[in-house]
Amino acid sequence: MSINEIGLDRKSYMGGKSTLCSGCGHDSITNHLISAFYKSSINPHKVAKLSGIGCSSKTPTYFMSQSAGFNSLHGRMAPLATGAKMANRELKVVGISGDGDSASIGLGGFCHLLRRNVPMVYIVENNGVYGLTKGQFSATADQGSSRKTGEINTYSSIDLCSLAIEMGCGFVARSFSGDAKQLVPLLRAAMEYEGTAFIDIISPCVTFANHPGSTKSYDAVKERKFQLQSLGFIEPKEEISVDYEGSTLVELHDGSKLALTKLDGHNHNVHDPQDAMRVLIEARQQNEFATGLFYFDKGLTNLIQDERLAHRPLCDLQEEELKPTKEQLEGVMERFA
Amino acid sequence: MSQSVNDFSVTIATVNGSGSQSANNILMRTIFKMGVPVSGKNLFPSNIAGLPTWFSIRACQKGYVGRKPFSDIVIAMNKETLVTDFSYLREGGLFIYNSGLKIEPSELPQNYDILAIDFNELCKEVTTSIQLKKLLVNMIYVGVLTEILNIPEEVVAQTIEHQFKGKESVYEINKKAVHVGRNYVKENLNEKSWSFKVEKRDLTQDKILIDGNTSGALGFVYAGCSFASWYPITPSSSLAESFEEFCNQMRVTSDGQKHFSMIQAEDELSAISMVAGAGWAGSRAMTTTSGPGISLMSEAIGLMYFAEIPGVIWDVQRMGPSTGLPTRTSQGDILAAARCSHGDTQHPLFFPSTPKECFEFANLAFDLSEKAQTPVFVLSDLDLGMNFWMSDRFEYSDKPFERGKVLRKEDLEKIQKFARYADVDGDGIPYRTLPGTEHDLAAYFTRGTGHTPEAKYSEDPVNYQDLMNRLDKKWETIKAMVPAPVIKEGKSNKKGYVYFGSTDLIVEELVHLTGEADVSLMRLKAYPFHQDVKKFIADHDEVVVIEQNQQGQMTELLRGEFPQLAQKIFCETNCDGMPLSPELVAEKLKNRGNYVH
Repeated sequence: MSINEIGLDRKSYMGGKSTLCSGCGHDSITNHLISAFYKSSINPHKVAKLSGIGCSSKTPTYFMSQSAGFNSLHGRMAPLATGAKMANRELKVVGISGDGDSASIGLGGFCHLLRRNVPMVYIVENNGVYGLTKGQFSATADQGSSRKTGEINTYSSIDLCSLAIEMGCGFVARSFSGDAKQLVPLLRAAMEYEGTAFIDIISPCVTFANHPGSTKSYDAVKERKFQLQSLGFIEPKEEISVDYEGSTLVELHDGSKLALTKLDGHNHNVHDPQDAMRVLIEARQQNEFATGLFYFDKGLTNLIQDERLAHRPLCDLQEEELKPTKEQLEGVMERFA
Repeated sequence: MSQSVNDFSVTIATVNGSGSQSANNILMRTIFKMGVPVSGKNLFPSNIAGLPTWFSIRACQKGYVGRKPFSDIVIAMNKETLVTDFSYLREGGLFIYNSGLKIEPSELPQNYDILAIDFNELCKEVTTSIQLKKLLVNMIYVGVLTEILNIPEEVVAQTIEHQFKGKESVYEINKKAVHVGRNYVKENLNEKSWSFKVEKRDLTQDKILIDGNTSGALGFVYAGCSFASWYPITPSSSLAESFEEFCNQMRVTSDGQKHFSMIQAEDELSAISMVAGAGWAGSRAMTTTSGPGISLMSEAIGLMYFAEIPGVIWDVQRMGPSTGLPTRTSQGDILAAARCSHGDTQHPLFFPSTPKECFEFANLAFDLSEKAQTPVFVLSDLDLGMNFWMSDRFEYSDKPFERGKVLRKEDLEKIQKFARYADVDGDGIPYRTLPGTEHDLAAYFTRGTGHTPEAKYSEDPVNYQDLMNRLDKKWETIKAMVPAPVIKEGKSNKKGYVYFGSTDLIVEELVHLTGEADVSLMRLKAYPFHQDVKKFIADHDEVVVIEQNQQGQMTELLRGEFPQLAQKIFCETNCDGMPLSPELVAEKLKNRGNYVH
């Protein structure tokens, strides 16, 4: 049985049995998360998994049962995760949300979390429909795509990656639930990024959005998706193999690296937000899904740094560290005398 | 003319944004420095600059601090309201107005003592700067009034120095403006006799003059609150801002690390959700808000109730329904808070009555919230929160924080099994672990859905009923944790007045005015009701609940809690947005007659 650096086997990163529909993209993502946490030897006790409400938000029960979990309120994962991270900065926070949860009811919280740059991994499992309420359009459904009932979406769709770049996020990526080769390195890199790492994962809904009129069905994604880069994750102590010759290396805060090897002549600068936006807009105009890492900025300060938060977690501070002295109180009283 | 010593009220009419606040504060604190009990109320519009605003000061050596329906002295400095400001004056009172505004008060009745002073002209003696004139014109009326009231100039000077500590140039010019005002009175009005004066007393020694919001903020600092998130809303904003200010003074290490986190959220939905996240992770977390914020927060408060997460919500109540009157006081959120959120929920409420209780209740609320693992409300109001009250100094408490049933790694090592929602002690309160605890038993899954004692999702009807029953049991446990009411038994058991919150500040005068020497009094401090509450009602022929809302919300809670006593619980309400006036309430109480069955 193989074990990772902290002596845990892959099974130690698993959770309860999924109750989602068979073939759901979300279950694949769960599986990739398990792989990523296992491979990166992350201590499950130090992980907090938070989610909102919806099919995607059920998934934190399906991985890492040794980690604290919180299936919260519809659209409120972002602020809940913010509070938890500020109270205990040592927690490795992973937030799982959906397109209904983040692009509609929780859009405000999502944008403001990105503005604050809360250190966490923020995943949207994006299928363009409200699965749990039986297939209504979500705000990420493409204009012109249809529901299973035949109804056409006339509204413009929200592109969460463009939005994330606009909100100042320094780690913006898109992937596909079925692409372990791309997603696992992305997840591992996201876990080492000291700010909000946002990954929009197209994850087909087999029950309500897998029909021909859907632009997020398995067939549609296979047909329309292209990769900007092939990705490789390199651990801090690992040598950089010849395979990555000519690749762009993006270094994370712990010294690990994400190797980006350009594909199909896609010549995009991952450090340039304008270039990232260009790729996203062009792909959209051509009815394609661009996947890969769009934008990366290691130079941003995060909320913990901006707030000059104590080095020890707030929740561990003792009474004498929280309660000023009697003399200080008397001093304040004097001001009002 | 008879002279009233240390017993008068002054109303100053100005325009908001004109800088009158610091002048009014100095006037109030000068009287306080003379050893005379005083209170100050700001009646302000929901606007930043240009609308009328009034500040009322009541000085009373008997210690009565409630609002007077009419003032003894009115100082009219606002062009817009000058013609009507004398309607605030009681007959025979002193009306001082700024004749420099070139507007004359409309027809004045005979029975007023009227002084027309050109404050603008006087201000030319103080400064030539147009900017400063606007501010300093206010200090001239401070000079005029303190001279009339016979307050020594050096006491005013001391107050100015205290107010502008360390800014010498600022206090010199303010003192000069006061001097000009005083000189005007000496030179032009020396033959007049005045009906009011202040004489030195020693009734304010060891006291402070403070508002409830500042007091609550300081309370949270001393209660060990380490996380706060809020969304700006009148009249609670100053509490959040004071908290941050105090924390920056007292919770930052010498190398600049902050022992707190304070986040201004994008809305109240996020503010309370951040509190839920931080409370879940083990911080003492709070939010400050007012009525509309409570409405928005209700979903997350229900989650905290059901998932059993501590957190304190401090509601500085303002007039509703809806946006209501953002700058007017109310006690109208009682039912909204007690049952906040859908489904069957119920939450403990605290009702601070004084600035000192605002300070103390911050910690009481956290102790209860963490012990019971449930959100707790503190219901203050605009009158208590934003107006100035004389208070005893706050006392430092050596009592350790009560953090409730939290299992650490060491505790888990001693047990075989941990079930998050199991009622191990039979009091309805389970044990919790915090995220990040390094032990295999520690992790559990928090959710707002139906859950088993092991925190697993469950739709099982028996399990659900058990869960709801346990929460009811917890509620019973909470009843023994809340503070007892303050009771003053009257000579007979005929009638009792029940009141809470800022109403306390007028009760002594109220009873004096109704002349009911034998009436009993009970001040509620918390909900659910302590056992003494029931006893008090049972022991009296009738009780009258005095409330600052329209529908008698506390009365409804009491009647619901004690149905067998309901027919002797009556209420008298006032819902006009104004702080209670002892005179007006006394009238109402006298007119309600005897309801005893």
